[in-house]
Amino acid sequence: MGTFVQDPPAIPKPREDKLGPPAFTDGGGRDAVPAEGSLHSVQDYSPPPASTAIWVVIAAVTMTFAALTSALIVRQGASLDWHHLVMPRLIYANTLVLLVSSVTLEISRRKFKAFSAPTVREFRRAEFWLKLTLALGVLFVVGQWFVWMQLRAEGLYLATNPNSSFFYVLTVAHALHIFGGLCGLVYVVRRLNRGLLHKSTMDAASRFWHFVDVLWIYLMVLLWIKI
Amino acid sequence: MATHAVHHHQAPTGFIRKYVFSLDHKVIGKQYYGLALVAVVIGMVLSWLMRLHLGWTNLAIPGLHFLSSAGAPGNIMTPEYYLQLMTMHGTIMVFFVLTTAPFAAFGNFFLPIQVGAEDMPFPHFNMMSFWVTFVAFVVLISSFFLSDGPSLAGWTQYAPLSALGAVAGPGQGLGEILWASSIGIFCIGQLLGSLNFITTTLDLRTKGMSLMRMPLTVWAWFITSCMGLGAFAVLMPACIFLVLDHVAGTSFFVPSNLVVNDQLQPHSGGSTLLWQHLFWFFGHPEVYIAIIPAMGIVSHVLITSIRKPLLSYKVIIASMSTIAFLSYMVYGHHMFVSGMNPMSSLFFSFPTLIITIPATIIVLIWIGSLYRSRLRINAASLFALGFISMFVTGGVSGFFLAQPSLDIMLHATYFVVGHFHLVMAVAAIFGIFSGTYFWFPKMFGRMMNDTLGKIHFWLTFVGAYCIFMPFHYLGMAGNVRRYEAFVDDYLQPLIPVHRFITVAALITGAAQLIFLYNLFHSRFWGKPAPDNPWEGTSLEWSTPTTPPPFDNFGGTLPVVYHDPYQYGVENTTGGDYVMQTSPQQVAPTGD
Repeated sequence: MGTFVQDPPAIPKPREDKLGPPAFTDGGGRDAVPAEGSLHSVQDYSPPPASTAIWVVIAAVTMTFAALTSALIVRQGASLDWHHLVMPRLIYANTLVLLVSSVTLEISRRKFKAFSAPTVREFRRAEFWLKLTLALGVLFVVGQWFVWMQLRAEGLYLATNPNSSFFYVLTVAHALHIFGGLCGLVYVVRRLNRGLLHKSTMDAASRFWHFVDVLWIYLMVLLWIKI
Repeated sequence: MATHAVHHHQAPTGFIRKYVFSLDHKVIGKQYYGLALVAVVIGMVLSWLMRLHLGWTNLAIPGLHFLSSAGAPGNIMTPEYYLQLMTMHGTIMVFFVLTTAPFAAFGNFFLPIQVGAEDMPFPHFNMMSFWVTFVAFVVLISSFFLSDGPSLAGWTQYAPLSALGAVAGPGQGLGEILWASSIGIFCIGQLLGSLNFITTTLDLRTKGMSLMRMPLTVWAWFITSCMGLGAFAVLMPACIFLVLDHVAGTSFFVPSNLVVNDQLQPHSGGSTLLWQHLFWFFGHPEVYIAIIPAMGIVSHVLITSIRKPLLSYKVIIASMSTIAFLSYMVYGHHMFVSGMNPMSSLFFSFPTLIITIPATIIVLIWIGSLYRSRLRINAASLFALGFISMFVTGGVSGFFLAQPSLDIMLHATYFVVGHFHLVMAVAAIFGIFSGTYFWFPKMFGRMMNDTLGKIHFWLTFVGAYCIFMPFHYLGMAGNVRRYEAFVDDYLQPLIPVHRFITVAALITGAAQLIFLYNLFHSRFWGKPAPDNPWEGTSLEWSTPTTPPPFDNFGGTLPVVYHDPYQYGVENTTGGDYVMQTSPQQVAPTGD
């Protein structure tokens, strides 16, 4: 059975610590050594790199989807060939699945976060919610596949008209990010089972998952309004 | 006091993991440098071919048909092939030289060392970043081997020409798809790199290394990473759209009823301006992605050479950050003649003029700091001074181009070519040279030959002006750019100027052989370098060995006691500087 590992503590652990990779020094400029009595040497707090990295990733993905959105707006205004596209009902069910997956992940994350010395039963229960999230994520992607098949059956292909082009581009781009989120969760499960998981890693993976969830809601609104 | 730390991945022993798929940021930095070196040689040879053709239109260039039998029948370049070479020259230089060398190469090698880290936090992503970039380069170069050659749509790839397919000309079929795929892949590599740069700077600084104690190079790389994050994340979907217009029959960029080569195109309703908006939203920050790391390198080299801090460290950081912020607001100045609403031109013109203020402040700080300094003249400091010269000269012509009414006249002429080559290309290349001469001893453990370096500088400095200053004159005389031959009456008298430029380009290019010789000869037979040859203060000069060991600091991370530029101070152990790692008390420098 695996153990859940606490965040890298403020005092660096030696590398031979079995709990996992060592803390990256003591984190940034914390406890900066004052020189010549200067107090501008800061006491700033540096989070574990995974926590920072996930915000960097979220910023980049946001920029990509901002670009896609502006392209959609410009393209819609560029000519009169934009036709309203009725979204298949299945897409609403998929939305629900994704929303529920965020809830299950949050339940799992909070359970793990509260652990200090979990019993096997407690650990398995928390792990169950995590694996349920994974399953729901996969279900969402499968659901999206059926949405694309349904559109295809209606004769709406990528190049049929601009709104179908944007529908496919946005939903496929989002599905790729969901796939990235699933990879993150699989990584979390693997590290968990090896007893090497840091809370910051789990926080990062779940933050990304919630982000792609919110991103999907945004895309639904955008597609609903524009398509 | 020092913190104990151990490298979070073990030193590799096998050749593949040590030199090819290495996780070590230093090896990855060298790999990026090598890639940029190969790319710059290819890019320069392409410019020679173009210049020869511009000087003597029907000149047979021996061996050219080996490059493309269709593009150069009888060794004489066709007009289309000229455009293909121009496209590849621009793309290779902007993406694989100006972005990779000052940012990815030096940044990878020195950013972790300068903040006192053992490595980047995500070494696998770092390795992927280089190899993804390498694949992007291979994909781009492979288009040379297509029967109809690479894309001819220019490095800006304006739609609809770029989005139409083979009907638009040679290289616009598969060549264009390879171009868009290559740049899309390149974006992924740079995003992975930016991720590591930002997290290293924010999270892995060693004890005592507060933000305001980071060298200006680290600030420059950090700011550039933040810019890259926004810019490459936007270019990537644009490239995807471009590929889809080619392979899936979509109409993102191709308008209705377009007839090309007597054929009605099957697309409808696309927006040609959409590409320009997406491209330049990336394209203008890209200019600063090339130049800000060079600004950091130049500041760093200059301070070490003048043996005193710059007039203001904080104002340089604030100015670089302001430039980065404004760089997203000015992109429309590339589109004054695109048919965009004239009010938009006004909106983009204003921040374009504003952005010259922080740039001017940085230049004034450099020049003001030189006053009454004890400048140490060497190849690195000469190239740093050369950077300032090129940046100012190229920047001044920017004032004219920033105004829509003047830009309408000058936009399609060689004036613009002269402007961006000086301010972006040559200036950034001077930054790369300066960084190379300065850091080579730390990177390879040997000194470069300084005399050869100085000769290289003077030939390059004079040569660059001989090439690019006449471009401004040509532009003002109305010489249009992107033409492969000048057959109109009014352009005929300008051909001798073109020939002069071509000769200057060939000589200046040949002068780079001195650099290449110096680089390779010094790498193997140069004088062994001491740990701190320039009497620098920042952490790269505190490593236990030269080149630094696998974990940079030999298992013990340094502790930082000072801001990075304690020069012109009294050191109890001799010298006019105190290193960041020295606990010695020094009088405040007043910065």
